[in-house]
Amino acid sequence: MKKLNLPKLLIFVIVFYAAIQILYSTEMMNGYILHIINQSLIYVILAVSLNLINGITGQFSLGHMGFAGVGAYVSGTISTLVFKINPSTPGGMGIFILAIVVGGLAAAFVGFLIGFPSLRLKGDYLAIVTLGFGEIIRTIFNNIDYVGGPRGLLGIPKFSNFTTITVAALITIVVIRNLVESSHGRAMLAIRENELAAELVGVNTTHYKVLAFVIGAFFAGIAGGLFAHLLQMAHPTQFGFIKSVEVLIMIYAGGVGSITGSTIAAFALTFLSEGLRIGIRAIADATGLPIGGEWRMVVYSLLLIFIMLFKTEGLMGTKEAKLIRLKEVE
Amino acid sequence: MKRLSLVLVLALVAASIVTAQDIKVGGVGPVTGEAATFGVSTKNGIMLAAEEWNDKGGLFGNRKVKIIFEDDKGDPAEGATVYTKLIQQDNVVAIIGTVMSKVTLAGAPIAQAAGIPMISSTSTNEMVTKVGDYIYRACFIDPFQGTVGANFAYKDLGARKAAALFDIGNDYTKGLAENFRNQFLKLGGQVVAFEGHPFGATDFKAQLTKILAGKPDVLYLSDYYNDVGLIAKQARELGFKGQMVGGDGWDSPDLVKIGGKAVDNGFFTNHYAAADPRPIVQDFVKKYKAKFGAEPDAMATLAYDAANIMFDAIRRAGSTKGSAIRDALKTTNLNVVSGQVTFDANRNPIKSAVIIEMKDGKQVYRTTVNP
Repeated sequence: MKKLNLPKLLIFVIVFYAAIQILYSTEMMNGYILHIINQSLIYVILAVSLNLINGITGQFSLGHMGFAGVGAYVSGTISTLVFKINPSTPGGMGIFILAIVVGGLAAAFVGFLIGFPSLRLKGDYLAIVTLGFGEIIRTIFNNIDYVGGPRGLLGIPKFSNFTTITVAALITIVVIRNLVESSHGRAMLAIRENELAAELVGVNTTHYKVLAFVIGAFFAGIAGGLFAHLLQMAHPTQFGFIKSVEVLIMIYAGGVGSITGSTIAAFALTFLSEGLRIGIRAIADATGLPIGGEWRMVVYSLLLIFIMLFKTEGLMGTKEAKLIRLKEVE
Repeated sequence: MKRLSLVLVLALVAASIVTAQDIKVGGVGPVTGEAATFGVSTKNGIMLAAEEWNDKGGLFGNRKVKIIFEDDKGDPAEGATVYTKLIQQDNVVAIIGTVMSKVTLAGAPIAQAAGIPMISSTSTNEMVTKVGDYIYRACFIDPFQGTVGANFAYKDLGARKAAALFDIGNDYTKGLAENFRNQFLKLGGQVVAFEGHPFGATDFKAQLTKILAGKPDVLYLSDYYNDVGLIAKQARELGFKGQMVGGDGWDSPDLVKIGGKAVDNGFFTNHYAAADPRPIVQDFVKKYKAKFGAEPDAMATLAYDAANIMFDAIRRAGSTKGSAIRDALKTTNLNVVSGQVTFDANRNPIKSAVIIEMKDGKQVYRTTVNP
């Protein structure tokens, strides 16, 4: 059996974690950079979990942020409206973790609901159904006054920090990576490669497609919950179709099916978007050209087009980094 | 990847070198995305105000104001990032922005936690300034506009039966309509229908038929100009003879292009009127037109006012310390384009609203309503 070399990955993550913490506490790195890192890590969870559905199982979902929305609203409701915790509440951290997990489970349940009836559909048709489902979820939040309706759910306590987000991202990568190499994951890959052939060799395609949706939605829900507790708010427009496309772009830019690719792309694109903000300002200041922040998205989009033109398979293709390659174990 | 990160680091270093003399103030607005025109107007207003202060010698006699303007895309997540950047990376002393309430609500807790005073130009959601004592705004809030609209409909137009139609998915239009309803009922009027329509609708006849069955004298339309234009047209087609009243979402030249004759003799509450004879208004309109080639809309005006309120507070504080500027903001009493402004205990401005009448496709200044 093949398994992930967990100690090696853990050491890497601990070094990464310690380095960031040291840089931050010695003020060599400011809160802005830390915020971008936090955001990148949340996008890692979103991209890796979407990759399980789109990249590994080969289903085309356009409603991933809908699941994140469920996680955000459910966990936000638990922490803000039910328990009314804040970071100084004794035991608040425990309730926060509980809220995040319940948010993930709620999203997984919605993933089950959406996965089940949509499975007769393939490709473009499934994409449209998931798109519709994502929009339905968003509209529901928009119309529930208890969670703020169109004003959004406000005053969510700030519990998400670099530590909690890093741990969640690590768990996501480990679970999904191990899953892919298990017999379940093999079945999912078989569905991607050829659904008919997979069915002929006895793979229960319905079961595995639902499983991919449920697990993908669970982690998306976790990411949504963390996001809400980082921004201290959840707003229906954050979980719309455009946002789902942003995550989709990450998995395509990173390489469909590659967890390493999704991780790198989540970091690279988040930093690129912010780097351009500063880069364009520097160019404008140096040359006196009347270009402002609005050019940022133009350059960003051009870069994406170039990645897709010259590296159609994405940055990593289907390859994985050595760090999370699997080893034969007894 | 290595090369990319090197470029990023270099860019970060380059950006951090700014003349020490300048006072850095952050500006935020959605210059891209769904509300891009609002963002551009906001940016213009802030830039014009900063330019005027710098022409007069800047703050404290010799220190120029440097605006660092960032795009928030109309997205709360992006807003949180931008506020963090301005405060942590650029070390701004204060922030002017942003436009949409949902984005301001993501940024405000960050400014509050860092002790950086901020003033939003146009976020009307009541919750915004409740985030904390460093958060101010330059526009009046939803209750005020709805209340003024109801008072005007009941007292000036003599309406007794009213109906409201609004976008159910938009907190602003919903808030206005709710406050209109409450005030109209309080005055002793009757609200015969209170209907929401879905976002992006173009056919309102189902809702209008239901509304008109109650025979209202006045129709309150809190939507933006594009929806209002269509609703007005369809209401007239269905035989509505009464008057229409709305909020500042009407303020666009496109209202007449879409609504045509149907919006004639309609009234709306607004922050300022370009035809207002006060010299400060006429001076601003002239300067804005000369610089940007267009008449300033409410977004530009409020951004200009917000910037002036903030610069004035920094000047009076005599320091760039956050707490000092906050205290100075509290005692603001300044004549700006949208009126004489002071702040209440919740850091909302106390100032007048104007009522504008649509006459033959043109905006005519009708009256000023004091709070």
